[in-house]
Amino acid sequence: MDNLRILIQAPVLNLQLIVDGVLVGSVFALAAFGMALVWGVTNIINVAQGELVMLGGYVAIYTAAAGVHPLFALPLAFAALYLLGWLLYRLVVFRVVGRDLFISVLATFGLSILLQQLANQFFGADIRTARPELGTLFLAGGRVSVPEIKLIALAAALVLGAALTAFLKVSRLGQAIRASAQNPRAARVLGIDTDHVYAATFALNAAICGATGALVAMTWVIHPYLGLPFTVRSFMIVVVAGLGNVLGIPIVAAGLGTVEQYAGFVLGAEFQTGILFSLLVAILVARNQLLRRQRRHLE
Amino acid sequence: MITKGTRRRAWPRRAALIATAAAAAIFAAARMLPSRAVAAGDTITLGAAVSLTGKYSTNGKNTLDGYQLAVKRINELGGVKVGERTYRLAIKYYDDESTSARGAQLVERLITQDGIKYILGPYSSGLTKAIAPVTEKYQLPMVEGNGADRSLFTHGFRYLFAVLNTSDHYLRSAVTLLADHAKDLGRKPSDVKIAIAIENDDFSQDVRDGIVEDAKRLGMQVVIDDKLPPEVNDMSSTLTKVKALRPDMLAVSGHAKGATLAVRQVAEQQIQVPMLALTHCDSAQIAEKFPRDAEYAVCGSQWDEGLAYSDKWFGSAHDYAERFKKEFGYEAPYQAAESTASVLVFVDAFTRAKSLDPKKVRDAIAATDMMTFFGPIKFDETGKNVAKSMVLYQVQGGQYKVVAPERWARSKLIFPMPPWSERGAPASASHATPGPTGSGTASGTGSGR
Repeated sequence: MDNLRILIQAPVLNLQLIVDGVLVGSVFALAAFGMALVWGVTNIINVAQGELVMLGGYVAIYTAAAGVHPLFALPLAFAALYLLGWLLYRLVVFRVVGRDLFISVLATFGLSILLQQLANQFFGADIRTARPELGTLFLAGGRVSVPEIKLIALAAALVLGAALTAFLKVSRLGQAIRASAQNPRAARVLGIDTDHVYAATFALNAAICGATGALVAMTWVIHPYLGLPFTVRSFMIVVVAGLGNVLGIPIVAAGLGTVEQYAGFVLGAEFQTGILFSLLVAILVARNQLLRRQRRHLE
Repeated sequence: MITKGTRRRAWPRRAALIATAAAAAIFAAARMLPSRAVAAGDTITLGAAVSLTGKYSTNGKNTLDGYQLAVKRINELGGVKVGERTYRLAIKYYDDESTSARGAQLVERLITQDGIKYILGPYSSGLTKAIAPVTEKYQLPMVEGNGADRSLFTHGFRYLFAVLNTSDHYLRSAVTLLADHAKDLGRKPSDVKIAIAIENDDFSQDVRDGIVEDAKRLGMQVVIDDKLPPEVNDMSSTLTKVKALRPDMLAVSGHAKGATLAVRQVAEQQIQVPMLALTHCDSAQIAEKFPRDAEYAVCGSQWDEGLAYSDKWFGSAHDYAERFKKEFGYEAPYQAAESTASVLVFVDAFTRAKSLDPKKVRDAIAATDMMTFFGPIKFDETGKNVAKSMVLYQVQGGQYKVVAPERWARSKLIFPMPPWSERGAPASASHATPGPTGSGTASGTGSGR
């Protein structure tokens, strides 16, 4: 393991890998927040999550094309995707809320393909990117590089996580959302319009994905087919953190991101995804074992 | 009541039977109708499945534009002379939606229903691989310019001919160039270290294989050999390795996405590599989108309008580029040039064969030895073009300048890349002019060529 030896000989490289892992993970953490929200409240696994991110990215692309600095696309994408999310709920998703998981997965899967192909049709399959013209910070005597845009992504993830938690705890709608998640029937009895709550939840998820997409457009690239990895990754993060564990999401995301960086460095980039998924399986198995001891099961 | 019931039930069934019989009869009759003749009257029709929608749509359009420019030009010049007669050229094409299965289906249709006897290739190696068995089955020649995968030529297809260099050649010349310049710096080949990062798809793997083979031949070490999964967007771990191991060349092949990411992230992290070699620089428009960061990047390409090749139909490569721009309103990418060259191969073959018989045309193609604005074309027994070599250019002053093959090149390679401190690193720029964008009008993405 030559690469492993290098890590030991040059410890500063570890810092770079960890920093990269945390930064990359934070973007996925954002998508995971939304996924956890929708899943927890409406019991729908949104397979179209990645496509919503992709569409948010296109908002940023076109914002930049119009001459506005792409960072302003963050709130723009948030708002635009909120509307889209609301629309999607009213047209499609409301029909599958409360049905079994398979139906909702199928519905959102269909949505994801629709959105993907529509994007391909209207935006073309080209790689697009928005340039925020931000610099890079250098730590540890210039040996660890931290692109500023990735720092912004980390900040956005933390801010959004905090805002989301506060929103759910403090605001009326947030309380309504939590109530509907706990027991929809009881919530309805108490006068909460659960349909409205679900719509807001789905729209909020879409908005979060939109903001994520804007960040992705500035950090990496956007194209119509980038959705699936985001969906899978956010699903993975939610599963590992455990549904309902909002604080756990950025931690898990950072952790998985770091594991990925190390896997890439030591073994080679081709092993990044494989190691990540093996880890997921291992964690789930271990968790199941632990719960079995307590005579409980993984839901 | 019972009688009424049975009568009512009998009707739908009877109607269904009649309908099915009628449909079958119509279908059979349609199949029996003679297919429209291919060289009806005075026109030779070439057939093609091209990707007008789907992930290859941009390059598919480039391909179609290339074919159509060729047809237009040939007809302008009076058409194709075959023995005593002169024919006009035409193209019949269908949209394969960037899907291999559809492509094969459509070519089958072109052959069996439309009576086409000469096929032009699709865009991408994947589609070409799906279509080659079809043309082989019907023993009809196919000339393609957009499927570069080496494995296309290992099946023993006799009816497949490719005008472009196979994918493993894309960056071989970068390795050779590196070796030459390392010698200038007084270093031994065995001291030279190469890092490779590719997107894990067929085309990029071939590019990698070419680099590895030439590196081995020259005695260089490959210190990084990363294969990024196609969905991965971030090269950080690979670049950290590059920082640690300090190779002399970083080669990245990942289509437009790979080129974009490489240029951007190498600049972001200020990775110091003497040579950064990429594929698909023009697809990703790195010089236009990242003027400062893309400087000094070396790019592999099948063709450049600055080359000194020329032929009797289009004149020089530059003349072709101008004609193309006038006709279609955008800069001619090499995908279009290759496609035009494919048509020229057919034209030359028809004339030499003095016949329209597919087998005779095929034999004439196999004996091709011609110069075109795209480059020299001569096929070996597997159908590969062994006369042409890949072009390398370097981004200098925001422009792509041809630096290899040195015989035809007008600019010199700048090597090694100057350190980032001297380049004006991409520090926080003033936001007076907001960041430019991706306004892709040129070639796009897709896996496999």
